[in-house]
Amino acid sequence: MDKLLTVSLSPHVHGKDTTPRIMMGVVIALLPAWAVSVYFFGWSALYLPVLSVVFCVLFEFLIQKYMLKKESSIKDGSVVVTGLLLAFTLPSNLPVWILAIGALIAIGVGKMSFGGLGANPFNPALVGRVFLFISFPVQLTSWPVPKGFHTSVTDAVTGATPLGLLKEGMRNGEQVSHILKQVPDHMQMFLGYMGGSMGEVAAAALLLGFLYLLWKKIITWHIPVTILTTVFLFSGLLWLINPANNADPVFHLLTGGVMLGSIFMATDYVTSPMTPRGMIYFGIGIGLLTVIIRRWGAYPEGVQFAILIMNAFVPLLNMYVKPKRFGEVKKNG
Amino acid sequence: MQEYKLKTFPRGGVHPAENKLSAASATRPLPLPERVVIPVVQHLGAPAEPVVQKGETVVTGQLLARGRGFVSANIHSSVSGKVFRIEERPDASGYKRLSFVIDRQGDEWDPSIDRSETLRENIQISREEIIRKIQDAGIVGMGGATFPTHVKLNVPKGKKADILIINGVECEPYLTADHRLMLEKSRELMVGIRILMKALEVNRAVIGIENNKPDAIELLDNLAGKDEGITVQPLKVKYPQGGEKQLIKAITGREVPSGGLPVDVGAVVHNVGTTFAAYEAVQKNKPLIERIVTVTGKSVKEPSNFVVRIGTPVAGVIEAAGGLPEDTGKVVLGGPMMGKAISKLDIPVTKGTSGILIIPDSEAHRKPVQPCIRCARCVSVCPMGLEPYLLMSLGQKQLWDKARQESVMDCIECGSCSFTCPADRPLLDYIRLDKMRVGELIRKEKKAVS
Repeated sequence: MDKLLTVSLSPHVHGKDTTPRIMMGVVIALLPAWAVSVYFFGWSALYLPVLSVVFCVLFEFLIQKYMLKKESSIKDGSVVVTGLLLAFTLPSNLPVWILAIGALIAIGVGKMSFGGLGANPFNPALVGRVFLFISFPVQLTSWPVPKGFHTSVTDAVTGATPLGLLKEGMRNGEQVSHILKQVPDHMQMFLGYMGGSMGEVAAAALLLGFLYLLWKKIITWHIPVTILTTVFLFSGLLWLINPANNADPVFHLLTGGVMLGSIFMATDYVTSPMTPRGMIYFGIGIGLLTVIIRRWGAYPEGVQFAILIMNAFVPLLNMYVKPKRFGEVKKNG
Repeated sequence: MQEYKLKTFPRGGVHPAENKLSAASATRPLPLPERVVIPVVQHLGAPAEPVVQKGETVVTGQLLARGRGFVSANIHSSVSGKVFRIEERPDASGYKRLSFVIDRQGDEWDPSIDRSETLRENIQISREEIIRKIQDAGIVGMGGATFPTHVKLNVPKGKKADILIINGVECEPYLTADHRLMLEKSRELMVGIRILMKALEVNRAVIGIENNKPDAIELLDNLAGKDEGITVQPLKVKYPQGGEKQLIKAITGREVPSGGLPVDVGAVVHNVGTTFAAYEAVQKNKPLIERIVTVTGKSVKEPSNFVVRIGTPVAGVIEAAGGLPEDTGKVVLGGPMMGKAISKLDIPVTKGTSGILIIPDSEAHRKPVQPCIRCARCVSVCPMGLEPYLLMSLGQKQLWDKARQESVMDCIECGSCSFTCPADRPLLDYIRLDKMRVGELIRKEKKAVS
């Protein structure tokens, strides 16, 4: 035989995991929350996420083709996840042109300007969302009310989120126990029966997605469980100290973007730490900052800022939090 | 069969498809080759020094080259015949090595070798004589590392071994050579273990076997002389369970310190193939001139286990298993995780060749490298607690000092990181580069000190 055989270094076999498979897994995990959203907010909750994905794909394609003149990376699927997550953080009555701006910022500023997939320090979807939140505060905080949602506040088509009501009420010097009478009970909130962003309302559906991600070994428990535990314990402590001025810890877990953020945003591979111990520190940081911003900050919800702030700490965490080396020899100087 | 409590190493590891296609194929002797090529270096250490000349007639088992210095190994003729040439020939690594090319005539053995099948159980010689016999026989670690066995049996002064671990894990996918050996030579293996225990002066030996070989576990467990301190420890199926450090950790709970030797934690590990070779050397006076080789692959007609004379060209072994399949793209000596790909089939089987794996062309090529998505799978599968993504990027930036600080020299090159990377990144390639450069740095420093 004269033909030379293929030669390469070991290993000569490869596992089944690929980037597109992982991204597909995340999309599947988002489906329950999407379905609940469509149920409560109607068909705009169906087409806005689709449009968001279309915008994100388009911007990534155009930037790579005409500005970076690089091969397209759309097939890796990460842009689809970013598009869905961006929409999930926005209200279902958002004008399409604002959504398009958000997609441009998420992909252009959040992802491509840093070098594309794997190189961005901040979660691109959150970069887009926070930009919109600051630029279009009115449109971003007029929440459509879910069908059949009765509160004593209003019968209008839009209303505040439970966290918004809490912030507003406290600013007006109301008792927390009084404010909480105006919001849905815990079970309703658990099922997503409240005002909020398209993908954040249904804790039950998001937890289902979490179980799927764990089952498929796409993420580990460390980040979500640490965030949720920290939020629960910290808000619980404040509540125990002064129940008149603080909402109960279950309220904090079920409202706002804590579930969506801890399961799908904070666990973004690119912008989270590389070691389990690093992930736990990262999660504690997000949990603490979320409660601090909710309780003492200017905004009703803090999870988006908490994640972005902790994203900025990731290089530091990776540098200083190392896995335990096998056979590590203690250095005695 | 009784229920066993499985042990395993605690962190990292992967689960490649086992594909033990040849597990049920009993070993058969391969027809003797017409010509063998026997390199003077088939081990870790100095090349052996030739003691026969071109044109000389040799018999099977005759010494061809003597180990040079302590960390080296004798080389014997695996056939009888005439030394046609002594010249440079490529081996599995791709480098050319001085090799004996011997044209076989008949099969005449050195008369001092006991070729009978009789089991010889009584060990009549002293510890020193055992080690000398093993050194004379040119025995090296047959799991693939090929470290001279007599060196491992000479425990350095001031250190003490208290446990012998016999490696019957065979965690590499496809390979079944050790599995067949355990089934077919179980009694000889027990004598071999007692020989190694005597040489090491230990009174405890544990045979580690992955749980995917329940027949071998049961057989050896029944035979194990528990009053002699020999036991079988079934292990979880997880790669690299058979890595020396992982195996010691799994069985004893002890961690070999970074940069240290197994004996630093009182353990010495020998492969089952090595143990059987020790039996043959000590009880039968037989040098290491043949070994079991698995020939396997998805397109191979008859995945088989052969007893192959050292120096037989790979092509001849493949022929006996039904020939090279049409769709062959790659041929690997060893297993798919750590084996070496060879470019041509005239490479000889050597002491460390545990298998010949034939990979179809459709699976022989690497996929294009994608950007790192920082999924941290490489970190979580690394059994040594390293960060392969970081070591790769340090390699790309040529930051060797930094790679050394990040413990790159602890890497055992098991390949779990590259195997698992969803972006098909060549993590281990760059880690090998790191290790090469850091190794040069360390040698330079040592020179400067001395």
